[in-house]
Amino acid sequence: MRPVLLFVGVALLIAAPFGLKPYGIYLLSLWAVMTIAAIGLNLTLGYAGQISLAQASFVGIGAYTAALLTTQGWPLGAAFALAALLCFVVGWLLGYPALRVAHHYLAFVTLSFATLVFLILRNEEWLTKGVYGISGIPRPALLGWSTKAPQDFYFFCLGVLALASIAAWWLLRSPWGRAFTALRENPIRASSLGIDTRRYTLMAFAIGSALGGVAGVLYAPLVQFIEPTAFTPGLSFNLLLMVIVGGAGRFFGPFLGAAVSVLLPEWLRFSEGLYLMLYAVFVMILLAFFPSGLLGLAERLRTSWPRSSKSAS
Amino acid sequence: MLLWQTSQTINFAQGEFVMLPAFFVLAAMKFGGLSFPMAMLAGFAVSLLVLGLLFKRLVVEPVIRHGVLPLVISTIALAILMKEGVKEFYAADAQPFPAAWATTNLQVAGMVVSVQNLVIIAVAALAVAALQYFLAGTRTGRSMQATAQNPALARVLGIPVGRMVLYTFLINAGLVALASFLVSPIYLAKFTNGETLGLVAFVAAIVGGFNQVRGAIAGGLLLGVVDNFVAAYLSAQYRAAIPLFLLIAVILLRPQGLLGRVEERTV
Amino acid sequence: MMKSFIAISLALGAAGASAQPTVNMPIVIELSGAGAVSGTNFRDGAVLAIEEINAKGGILKRKINAPQADTQSNPGISRAQVQKAIDGDPYVILGPVFSGSVKANMALAQQAEVPQIVGAEAAEITQAGNPYIFRTSFGQQMSMPKIANYLRDGLKARTVAVLWVNNDFGKGGRDTFVKEMAARNIKVVSDVSTESGQMDFAADVVKLKGANADAIFVYTNEEESARFLREARKQGIDKPLIGETTLLGQKVIDLAGPAANGARGHVGLSADAPVPAVLAFKEKFSKRFGYVPDHNGIKGYTGVYAVKYATEKIGRFDRKLLAKTLHGLTIKPEQEPGILMETTWDNNGDIDRISFLAEVVEGKQRIVQTLPKLGSGK
Repeated sequence: MRPVLLFVGVALLIAAPFGLKPYGIYLLSLWAVMTIAAIGLNLTLGYAGQISLAQASFVGIGAYTAALLTTQGWPLGAAFALAALLCFVVGWLLGYPALRVAHHYLAFVTLSFATLVFLILRNEEWLTKGVYGISGIPRPALLGWSTKAPQDFYFFCLGVLALASIAAWWLLRSPWGRAFTALRENPIRASSLGIDTRRYTLMAFAIGSALGGVAGVLYAPLVQFIEPTAFTPGLSFNLLLMVIVGGAGRFFGPFLGAAVSVLLPEWLRFSEGLYLMLYAVFVMILLAFFPSGLLGLAERLRTSWPRSSKSAS
Repeated sequence: MLLWQTSQTINFAQGEFVMLPAFFVLAAMKFGGLSFPMAMLAGFAVSLLVLGLLFKRLVVEPVIRHGVLPLVISTIALAILMKEGVKEFYAADAQPFPAAWATTNLQVAGMVVSVQNLVIIAVAALAVAALQYFLAGTRTGRSMQATAQNPALARVLGIPVGRMVLYTFLINAGLVALASFLVSPIYLAKFTNGETLGLVAFVAAIVGGFNQVRGAIAGGLLLGVVDNFVAAYLSAQYRAAIPLFLLIAVILLRPQGLLGRVEERTV
Repeated sequence: MMKSFIAISLALGAAGASAQPTVNMPIVIELSGAGAVSGTNFRDGAVLAIEEINAKGGILKRKINAPQADTQSNPGISRAQVQKAIDGDPYVILGPVFSGSVKANMALAQQAEVPQIVGAEAAEITQAGNPYIFRTSFGQQMSMPKIANYLRDGLKARTVAVLWVNNDFGKGGRDTFVKEMAARNIKVVSDVSTESGQMDFAADVVKLKGANADAIFVYTNEEESARFLREARKQGIDKPLIGETTLLGQKVIDLAGPAANGARGHVGLSADAPVPAVLAFKEKFSKRFGYVPDHNGIKGYTGVYAVKYATEKIGRFDRKLLAKTLHGLTIKPEQEPGILMETTWDNNGDIDRISFLAEVVEGKQRIVQTLPKLGSGK
């Protein structure tokens, strides 16, 4: 986007943890993790136009992979590789129904999948420890740099987020990314242009899911305790709202949406129990008037005031 | 037995729609000091107003012009709003809900039959029969079906489309209120009830076939039987997955529903 | 986006930093979600005790400041909330009640060396060697043997069916219970898992009926217990329904109505205990909050008073010393009326006090028998 804004943003993110208490840093780390998951969902939903209510399941698969491997003494890097691969394959398979059905039907298919993942995590106790959850998940050490302290771990999350963003950025600039967008805009035209719609739809699901898995691998050492109820469809809804609020199909949408969702309870602390209601009303109003999310709103504002648009660019 | 409400719009808040009317009644009794029957009437009226009229005007109409996907997401937000609203303004814990009839058991030929179940079955059957008659047997009902299938054509034929759509919303609101009053005495009134109910209602509707009252009933029945069968004889731990697999199977193999017809383009 | 980040940073940084003579006792508890009933009771019990103590001038002349945070019955959120509580320099942390949440956040409190007074009952919590964790009620490893004895001696049951909720609370209780049954040669003929938040228990009741056991042990959360009791009555189950506090509590009775009558079992704590101090507490609580407390109300209330007593015994505010003092401490009602019943903490933070066998009769929990403290023989 605009390099200056981007630079300021990155600088702020690096400066943010200094002067923050551990709770604030925890929230920022959580923001980074959720943003990665939301970037993945944005690929599926925003760019390829496929609704998925299973993103939380991929976060869960990633988190359990990380927890099971690292508590056995494996490095977190192995967990990243395995989780990304696993989620890629499962996501690819989950994409198949998307070839047959659309919209709300697809929503329910993915929801069913999410329920199944939850039940497996809970019932297969020999593997996942079931309802008791897995505790004592260690934080990784990187070339001798221990990320045990909240601040260090935040920078670790931020680093992974940066890598994930660059990867997504590159992907969207590549012919693949343009194929995704063509798919969403007009599938029939896309296929007449020689784009293999089947392959790209599955690809959008697979890559989006793999990013969900990466987010999960970070989530496990962040919270250091995981259990199945953390990965119910509630989290999927939440991720979906993040993408929509930020602006589906816009690169920085997930960043903004995740910030709103993770930090909103803090902003609206004065309203006590009401914040979720305010959030819900806000989402509904946004959808009614600005379905392209906050970033879409910002763009609209800029075009209606040409003067400010000049100074921003 | 509450699974027969068909919904014409894709509404992720349908479960919350069933949860809410019970709380209208409880609130009317607690704050309005109304007697139970009066409160039921008031709750029914408020449900029609809020879940029918306001839902259509404030939620569906502004969003639907942007497409189906925003509407789906908007109803997810609505579900959160309704849940949180009840939690914040009424109660976070489950509430007992009075039954409008006896809760005793009858001994019929050695079997224990609960009056409650009989009443539910009777009311549900009555409501379905009335709805079926209305849709198929009256002019307004047929107009509504025409509108649902092809609004543009219906308009050409001189059917007041706007009003028909409104009727649809009102009927939906009335049915959810009825369902709410029927199940709350057994399931208790709680703000999270919608999560389970909505899914079941949806699966029933899809399995049976959208826009088909009979289909939804059959879907609901089938679902109830399969669910109980699995819980009793197969794996209770995995029972939650069963309705959903039924759903996937139907979506993939017979998207029009078990009883639904392939939509015909001729009139 | 950038502006908002500055705003957040400011908002987060500005918390805290006021130097009044108060002592921080944050309540991190389930105010919504599946644990809302228990959490609200615990919170209100604690608030009642804090109000009483503050009205009398506080602990060692310092008033208690008790900010509340909702875990939404979600372990991940509970961890964040405990982190936030720790950032606010707490003296002790009260809550949560859900065992899963306690497991998610107890390591944090341990690291920060903050004593944590919890309402959780899962066995493993006090077996992890954490010197800062304290229960306010029996753990499952204490209560299940008592139920098992009751099944063997009181009911003379040979077979039993178990219905449990498939979360960490239910699973933990079920596992402990099944072990105790095996030790007493009572056969578990049916083992029924149910969902948290489940509404329809028809199939489960059918299954239990088919098992035809001498007794049915029900171990679910309060609201599900009530739904189960209603369904059981609808289908006319006539076998004794045995449970813990989550089957016999006041909330269950309110929700299940007449269907609760006849349910019986063991309660570690009860607001209906035939102890004058407990009955007086119940009355105070009902007057203040407009509803009848369950055992979680007592947990919160006595937890705060235990902290008060131990702190006054030490004579100053010292978190480490408080944890050390509470280990092995016995508090008698003569010394501190707010403790309601004589209570002992052992070196793991487990609790010992009298408990009760109870039965629901005509919509009221009636205490049938009082069981002595386990360690009373020592």
